[in-house]
Amino acid sequence: MWRWDESSLVESHFLLLLVFSCFVSVVFAALLRDELREQLRLGVLMFGALVGAALVVGWLMYPFPL
Amino acid sequence: MSERHVHYTVRVSATRAAVDRPTQILVCLAAWAVPGAGHLWLRRPKGVVFLVALPLMFAIGIGLEGRMFPFDLSQPLVALAAAADLGVGIPYFVARGLGLGAGRVVASTYEYGNAFIIVAGLLNLLVVIDAFDVAMGRK
Repeated sequence: MWRWDESSLVESHFLLLLVFSCFVSVVFAALLRDELREQLRLGVLMFGALVGAALVVGWLMYPFPL
Repeated sequence: MSERHVHYTVRVSATRAAVDRPTQILVCLAAWAVPGAGHLWLRRPKGVVFLVALPLMFAIGIGLEGRMFPFDLSQPLVALAAAADLGVGIPYFVARGLGLGAGRVVASTYEYGNAFIIVAGLLNLLVVIDAFDVAMGRK
């Protein structure tokens, strides 16, 4: 049975980041490109950039807790 | 005339849509009210992506206990967030009618929910602008 703990909280936040990035990249790819191949390319690139940037910025903020 | 120039000319004429001014306005209203409807009206299949993705994103935001902000002009940022929320169109009024979107500040997903709701509305406003460009024959 699933139990609440701190690690599952972090995982769910990361999952939400992935879901959010997925939606944003899908919409932007469909909006900015017309060919399916180009849409896939831009979508994957944007998804990676969003997730990667969030992780990098997150680690950069790690030494500076509020 | 070079081969490259000929190709460009053909492409532009192929994407030009003949839509008069009243129809352009109606397309924009439809695109705002129902995400993707403007593109589908103009026979752009990518409208299906918007029709599925944006209401789903908005619904996830509601499910994450995000808040649909009120139009409180005494708090400019809240009013801006409310305007962004409204950008998603009919799903906004459906959620309001069902009494959803009250938000629960202490929920761990509250801010995520707000982000989903606000961004869904803002993305739909970009979709409206794109539908207008298509209706104008620019794309």
